[in-house]
Formats: sequence, C-alpha cells, structure tokens
Amino acid sequence: MRHTLAVLVENNPGVLARVAGLFSRRGFNIDSLAVGRTENPTVSRMTIVVEGDDRVLEQVTKQLHKLIDVIKISDITADEYVDRELVLIKVSADPGQRGEIMQIADIFRARIVDLGRRTITLECTGDEGKINAFEESLRPYGVKELVRTGKIAMLRGNRFTSINTNGNREDD
Amino acid sequence: MPEVSGVKKSGAQILVDTLLEQGVDTIFGFPGGSVLPIYDALYDAEIRHILTRHEQGAAHAADGYARASGRPGVCLATSGPGATNLVTGIATAYMDSVPLVAFTGQVVTELLGKDSFQEADITGITMPVTKHNYIVKDTRELAGVIREAFHIATTGRPGPVLVDIPKDVASNEIEYRDPGPVNLPGYHPQLVPPEEQLNRAAAAILAAERPVIYAGGGVVASGAHLELRRLAEMLLAPVATTLMGLGGFPGDHPLSLGMPGMHGSRYANYAFCECDLLIAVGVRFDDRVTGKLEAFAPCARIVHIDIDPAEIGKNVRVDIPLVGDVKHVLSGLIERLEQKLPGAWQEKIHTWKKEYPITYEENGHLKPQQVIREIYRVTDGRARITTEVGQHQMWAAHYYIYTRPRSFISSGGLGTMGYGFPAAIGVQVACPQETVFDIAGDGSIQMNIQELATAVNYELPVNVAIMNNGFLGMVRQWQELFYNRRYAYTELVNPDFVKLAEAYGAVGMRVTTSREVAPALEEAVAAAGPVLIDFVIEREENVLPFVPPGESLDHML
Repeated sequence: MRHTLAVLVENNPGVLARVAGLFSRRGFNIDSLAVGRTENPTVSRMTIVVEGDDRVLEQVTKQLHKLIDVIKISDITADEYVDRELVLIKVSADPGQRGEIMQIADIFRARIVDLGRRTITLECTGDEGKINAFEESLRPYGVKELVRTGKIAMLRGNRFTSINTNGNREDD
Repeated sequence: MPEVSGVKKSGAQILVDTLLEQGVDTIFGFPGGSVLPIYDALYDAEIRHILTRHEQGAAHAADGYARASGRPGVCLATSGPGATNLVTGIATAYMDSVPLVAFTGQVVTELLGKDSFQEADITGITMPVTKHNYIVKDTRELAGVIREAFHIATTGRPGPVLVDIPKDVASNEIEYRDPGPVNLPGYHPQLVPPEEQLNRAAAAILAAERPVIYAGGGVVASGAHLELRRLAEMLLAPVATTLMGLGGFPGDHPLSLGMPGMHGSRYANYAFCECDLLIAVGVRFDDRVTGKLEAFAPCARIVHIDIDPAEIGKNVRVDIPLVGDVKHVLSGLIERLEQKLPGAWQEKIHTWKKEYPITYEENGHLKPQQVIREIYRVTDGRARITTEVGQHQMWAAHYYIYTRPRSFISSGGLGTMGYGFPAAIGVQVACPQETVFDIAGDGSIQMNIQELATAVNYELPVNVAIMNNGFLGMVRQWQELFYNRRYAYTELVNPDFVKLAEAYGAVGMRVTTSREVAPALEEAVAAAGPVLIDFVIEREENVLPFVPPGESLDHML
C-alpha cells in the first residue's frame, strides 16, 4: 500500500541527503519526494510517498524520527487531504493541431505556457490520476519532453501538520 | 566554566574551551595540516592528548575509553585520509551505541568541493554510521554545534557524532558569544514508557510460568545492572546476557545463563526455545542471537524494553513494547511485581546447566580456553577485558566470568578486527589503576599492532594475550564446517611477536605449554609497562557450541 507522509525537517544543508540515504540504505521504496520551505524559514517540509505494508511504514517512520533534523512526521494517508502534482509537457503540435490540444488543455484546466513553431508546452496541476490522464490524452500528439514534480499534500479543514514558532507540536 | 561574552577567540580556542566545559579530560588523536590550528590550541590546554599511531587507533581508543568510563570518548584527526581512517572506528561505535565525539579537520571553506589536497566529504561518508554529524562553516556556530554534539552522543540511545571543522573556521577569530542551551526541536528521547504499558507488561510477567530475561548492551549503557539483578531475583528468571551485555548481570550468579545465540550456551538457547515469556532488555534481536527468525522463541510472548523506538518490531514481533531508559523501566516494573517462588522451570534450567556445561577437551596441548581461565584466575576476575574479533573473542566471552558492567569491551555489532588493542589503550587511560587485558588472535592483533608504540610512549601497562593458532581461526572454523576444509587464505605466516614487542620497547613473552601460563600472566600483571604474550595454542580448536547460520537455536553443534 502507498502511504503519504508529511515530514517537517530542519532546513539544514544535507537534510535531503540524510532522508534519501536512509531510504536507500534500509531498502525502503520512495514513490515520490517533494521538498520545499514552509511558512517558517527554518523548517522545510517533505511530502514522501512510500510503498510498503504497515510494518514497513512503522519502520520508515521510526527510522526517520531518529534523524536529528526530522522534527515531525505525519502519515496522512487515512485522513482527508488535498494533494497536487505539477507537470510540464512539451508536445509536437503543428499549427493545425493547436486547436485540438487547446481543447484538451481546457478539459483538464491546464495552461499553455509556451508555444514554438512545432511545439506547445502545457502546465497542469492535479492529483496523480488527473496528471496521468492528461499525459495519456496528449501522448498521441507526440510527447517531446515531460517533467513532473513529486506530490505535495495538505490536510483538509481545520487540521494542521505544522510546528509553531517555539517548537511545540500542534495536532488538530 | 562560565564564558564572558564578547571576548575575542579563535575557533580552535572555542573548541578547546567547549571541550573543557563538557568535562573532556582526554583526546585521542593524530595531527595533520588541516588541524594545525586546533593542535596549536591544544598544546597548552588542560586536556591530555594521546597520540596514537593511526587514526583508527584513536577512534577505537576513544571508544574503549567511553565504554570503560561511561563518559563520551573524543578523537581528533585531520582532513582527508585522517578522517577516512576514523570511519571504521566510528562505525564500530555506531553499531554498539557508544558515545563518541569525533572531530575532523577539513580544507578551508573556500576550497570545499574542489577536490582539494586532503579533502574528503567526511560528513557524507559518515552519514550512515553516525547518530548525527556536522560540518561547521562559520566560527560563530562552533560552540553551539559542539554542545549539541555532546548532547546527542550521550543522551537517548548513545552513539557517535562527528564534527567536521574547516581550517579557516578553526583559525578565524570572532567575538565569542555564548550559544545558550541546546535546542533541538526534532530530538526528544523518551525515557519513561506510559503507565498502562508498564501495567500490561507487569501483568504478563506475573502470569508467565517460564520467563527468561534477554539482557544486552542497553543494561550497561543505562547503568541498570542492579535493577536487572533485582528483577531477575524477584522473578527467579534466568538471565541470558548478549556479548554487549556481559557483565550487566553477574556471570557467576545462579540465574545466569551466559550468552544466547550462535555461540551461546546450550542452556541459554534451550531456555529461549521453551520460555513462555521473553523479557528483552536493551537488546536489538541481532541475527547472531536469534538464529532463524521464524523459529525464535516460538512459545514466548515478548516484552521489549528499549530506548530506541525503531528497535521495537524491527526484527521480531513484540507483544508489549516498553520504550524508555532501561533503568527507569526496570524500576517501574519492579514496583509492580512480587517475589516468585521456584518451580518446575527453575528446576529445568538447573538440570540443563548441569547437563550441558560450557566445556572443552584437554589433550595435553595448550588450549585457548585454559589460557583464558588462567587470566581469570590470575586477575581475580577483576580485570577489564577487551577483545579483537574471532574465535578468541568467543572464548573470552565463555571462559572469563564477568561480574561487573563495563568489564568486557568488544566490538559486537560491526565485528571489527583490530579493535581490542587500541580499545585497551583507551580503557587503561580511563582506568589507570586497573589491570587491562586485550585477548587477541594472531590475525586481529596485526590490524592495529602499531599501537604498541602508543602504549610504550605513554607507559600504559596494557597486557596483550595473543591466542596464536597460526590461522584466521573463526574463518578457518567455517571453512572446516561448511567449505570442506578448504582453508583458502586463512593460514597465517606470522612475525615473531616477542621480537616485535621488544622492538617497540614492550615486554614480549612466548608460552607454549600449560605450566608456563600462570607464571607468564603473573609477570605480565606485575609489569609497569605494556606486555605482549604470544600463547601458541592448539591450531584447529573450534568454538562450541555453534548454531550454524540460518538455523534455529536448538540446532547446536
């Protein structure tokens, strides 16, 4: 089963290497990993999608906790959350095909971010399924280049995965 | 030592002052280009510096110092090869949860990442073998980092921490400001388990008919040997101590089962196979203890006490986890328990112990077991024993009886040949009044033999007892049993160890017969300086009992 972990880490150099090294060393499988700063500049947030049964997940969580730079880990898989990926796709498009492609873009609420003489570059955000569907629908035109971010996720409603400024934890 | 803020100090001076503030009295190290500023500051500091002859020796000596004293060991090396030479020592400390703080010099910050002379990415290299590590790129951060390093190394599950210091960070002068207390939002070791877990565990323990205690290094690290003894005596539960736990429970106690596992006693392994409750105390269910996992303690519920939550359920399923400091947890359990009376289980254990004692055959040749028994007798069982890794290590575990914590010091997890001798140097520095023996093999001793110079240099009366069988004996034993006696590259052509010792300025002796053993040992113990004794023993003696790898514990040779 795939789990989505929201991991708050100290924004120290090397923290990504520590987390990535831990996963490879202990043979845990990362599906995707996205990392960036949070509202607090000293804290970064990683969204890690990891594959494994409950026992593997328990070890992943506990081993991550052993890293001094890891402040908090939440497995949000079972909770209500919003998740998004971003994709940039460059497809072959002769001027005659542009209209069709723009229609597809409309359906997926994607945006055209660049236009070349024979190419068109689109941007789309959404959950994994939507991004996959978007990619599939553009495939017949010839995908020249594709780049996807990992998934980022956030709990819905009045629930947080964050720490406040004095370092105390805050759940619900 | 209170610090006045605003004083001008170099990074190296800040390092020395912070070490003193942390109570460091000894550093094991080896100088080099990138650590010149640090060595210059150390030159007139109130800290003893022991110059080892190899950085690996410095790391192991600091580790031995830490294991013997319970205080963090400190080692220092230069950048590049100096730093990489520490790695085996750091990994050894990591696997056995030893509080060690390793400082390395580094090339100046502006040359970092340029493949500069003697540059190695030591924080990258040691990431998997340290509890945490740092590279300090600003002198103003140095004091705070060092405080954190000692805090992390010594609290929770102890472990090594490395601090990499570029040369300019050490030589730059800044206006010193006290960094204040350590604040690590992601680091809060849990010392006390929830009450309800303690209650559950106590109920399970009281209900058990055939309890066994499986005690490890966590007992020693936590200083919980008295609580462990109290618990065992209350429950009349036999206690098996792992290699790391030897001395954590008195080996001569009637409830002692000796060691469990691959080279465990028959009675410890039988007790594991038949117990209905296993109380695991500060252990990590290492494969050398469990044997085949599916057949491990098949009838038992398992209570697992450990300060590291990640150890719970890592290798075996655990019925009742108790995450916390062993000493706290055992005290909490003892309050909830009551004195048990002996019954059929105690009877059974007693019979096994009588029926299957750990023993060896005498045949007129000099036997290693006999040498170790003699070391025990001559030292009244009061020596600090270190070992290298191999057959002699297992014989040292079986035939010397450890009654005090921190009296058996050995590389358990990593199994580092070459550990014992430099570790013995660290032990002797920590315990100058005590008798220290490194029980060694003829293979292992040659991996850090250069430290004879250190022992002679500092007049450390360390004793080295080489069990010399002319083989890499443990590997030979496996070749005998599993590779059809094809002794591929395990036979050794050795130097003359006596002359070697003498060349370094130590006393060297050779013993080839049983009757020479005691006089040689007595002479060694009385000597004021280091002594090396070459015991020429039976060549193809095996370590027994032996559970072949991958077998369950009741399949013993």
